[in-house]
Amino acid sequence: MSEQPLKRPATPMFRQIQDRPGLKEFALGVPGPAKVIGAVLGLVALAAMAGIGYLVVDGRLDGKWYDIRDLGNMIEGLRTWLNDQGVDHRITWIITGTIGGTAILSVLGGWLLIGSWVERRLIAKFQVRVGPNRVGPFGLLQPLADALKLMQKEVIIPRGADRFLYFIPPVLIFIPALLGWGPVPWSEKMAYLDINVGVLYVIAISSIGVLGVFLAGWSSNNHYSLLGAMRTVAMMVSYEIPISISLLSVVLLTSSMQLSEIVAWQSHYHVWMIMLVPFAAFAFLFATTAEINRTPNDIGEAESEIVAGFYTEYSGMKGGLFMAVDLGHAILAGAMMSTFFLGGYTLFGLEEWIPGYLILAAKIGAIYFLFVWLRGTLPRFRLDQLMGFAWKFLIPIGILQVFVVAVQASVFARSEAPALITLGAFAVVNLAITVVTVRFWADKLGYAPSQHATKPVLIKGNTVGGLKAARKIRSGQ
Amino acid sequence: MVLGFFALSGITVLSALLVLVARNLLHSLAFLVLSFLGMAGLFITLSADFIAVAQILIYAGSISVLMVFAVMLTPLASRDNGNSLYVIPAALGGLGLASLIGFVAIDTDWDERSTRGLAETDFPATSNVIGDLLLGRYILAFEIASVLLLFALLGAIVLVQERQRTSRSQDEGDA
Amino acid sequence: MIPEIPALDEITITLAHYLAVSGAVFGIGVVVALSKRNAVAVLMGIELMLNAVNLTLLAFSRFSSAFPAGEEPIAGHVFVVFVLTVAAAEAAIALAMAVLLYQRRETVDLDRVNLMRW
Repeated sequence: MSEQPLKRPATPMFRQIQDRPGLKEFALGVPGPAKVIGAVLGLVALAAMAGIGYLVVDGRLDGKWYDIRDLGNMIEGLRTWLNDQGVDHRITWIITGTIGGTAILSVLGGWLLIGSWVERRLIAKFQVRVGPNRVGPFGLLQPLADALKLMQKEVIIPRGADRFLYFIPPVLIFIPALLGWGPVPWSEKMAYLDINVGVLYVIAISSIGVLGVFLAGWSSNNHYSLLGAMRTVAMMVSYEIPISISLLSVVLLTSSMQLSEIVAWQSHYHVWMIMLVPFAAFAFLFATTAEINRTPNDIGEAESEIVAGFYTEYSGMKGGLFMAVDLGHAILAGAMMSTFFLGGYTLFGLEEWIPGYLILAAKIGAIYFLFVWLRGTLPRFRLDQLMGFAWKFLIPIGILQVFVVAVQASVFARSEAPALITLGAFAVVNLAITVVTVRFWADKLGYAPSQHATKPVLIKGNTVGGLKAARKIRSGQ
Repeated sequence: MVLGFFALSGITVLSALLVLVARNLLHSLAFLVLSFLGMAGLFITLSADFIAVAQILIYAGSISVLMVFAVMLTPLASRDNGNSLYVIPAALGGLGLASLIGFVAIDTDWDERSTRGLAETDFPATSNVIGDLLLGRYILAFEIASVLLLFALLGAIVLVQERQRTSRSQDEGDA
Repeated sequence: MIPEIPALDEITITLAHYLAVSGAVFGIGVVVALSKRNAVAVLMGIELMLNAVNLTLLAFSRFSSAFPAGEEPIAGHVFVVFVLTVAAAEAAIALAMAVLLYQRRETVDLDRVNLMRW
């Protein structure tokens, strides 16, 4: 018997995962010259940062054109420069508007180019697979390949489909994904459409998408599309209410519907809304997941169940547009969540050094990671479970939260104690009320874990499965 | 501003006309939604920001979906948007009414606040003031409106509930 | 004879323009509400009429000197909020009745719902 190691070890899967080389082995395995160059570059970067820090602290950067703190305020700087040059304010408005619109479109378009890849690789990581890695280096050209494939497909319009109503839905669903970026503040004074009813605008825009979904299901002349559309519309309409109620809690505290004011409030009091109204944040997160039809709430377009739900009959780029809208909505939801509950572009004062839009992008990435985590981990909810959750759980507790927050907001407006103490008290009270109410109400509704299946049996030892493990379980180890 | 007003009013009136003459009920519904959006634009030209967004939210977002559901729940009804017997008197009446209103609108000397028309913008942020008025001076109407909404909700539920005697025995186990 | 069309920057948009638009939409709504067979189409006409009324209210609130600036010109907006509310409630009830009618008689054709006519 030769002692050569087998090329493919016959160990179970979890040993393969355990023995895979991690980051440390990879870093130590890098060839010598690369290590030297990497070390030199790292030292240079540290020295540059130290130098910039010294200059900033010393005050030598104030007012100079190379003050890096102005990076966060580029549009405002452009506007003041143009006004100093004497340009008519309407032309300034057109120029800054065009630049802002192009920036938003390029963010959205750039995301659509790599979002598919990011999502599939992340889900693969959660499910211990690799994900797309064939099409380009590391599979980076996969979204491009998908787009090209969809573009060259034959556009099949089902017989009996209503031509006029068949072409509207892809456009109508893309409109909320695009217009919703208007009020989002990327930095101070860098919101494209900083209207003073921003919160209501966001809710209104998302209610237009509902009509698009319904017309898509209707005009396909297909019973199953219509069923999928009805279920999706019922879910989207019922989850608009928890969104409105959570945003109502936020608006009560900040007493303004303007998104930049909400972010400024959070920055002024050095608190994030998620610390003050955690139930509203959770309700908003869950309800947004339902609004954008993402797992675990994607019963309307359940990929493994009813082919594609309301957009089954859309082939070619029209169907591709629906899938693109899925991605676009995901980062819009991340932007909304960060703006309302996570402090937006501010980070407890750090936005003076790091441009606000980078901070917001990092937060959007974090929320998107949370969305993909939910998608890769949770099974899908059934429609009646979803509707029951919205109407019987989120809405009553949301309304209770609004009452409590209304009382707190009036106390806050009248109290003379330092704001931090008042807000800390509010946070503690809200958290206590949330925990008590949720436990009590979930128990009443039957969601409490004590009424469900038994705990899973932990299998110790080397075996992962197989006959021995089954015997152990059956003998009640 | 002028161009905006004419474009938006053109869209609104044109889509309202198309609601009238469309040959399919759902097409006319789509044009109705378009006219709602045009109206919202006209509200914005009048500096009514809160009402414009509320219009989109309520009309284009909810009432349109309600109407599509109603069309969908009546499958054997004719969806060809046909006209009843009273088409000609109705058309004459409508035309007469519209021209009467138009004549009164153009011919009367409205006592306006300023002669510069839309160019003068003097409105504050309307949502705060609306909130103040709703909970201040017009609170009785506000409470009555909330009771009305409650009754509408209950009424709609009661109206379409199946009575126990005449309901077909369906198994309502699964969703 | 032919009235000259003023150039675009000479036109001042006044109350009359808004009232004319509102009147046109109201007239079209009347025609739709009176001349359609399907109950849902009649409801569409009613919504058009309510929209026209909202536009009238807002136009008066914006332009008329009965509301001097700084002294509650927003009462028109409050009225419009109530009209929106009532319109939504009434649309819900009307559509519920239409569905109920369909369940009883299998038609929403208003020409056939004539049990109480002479």
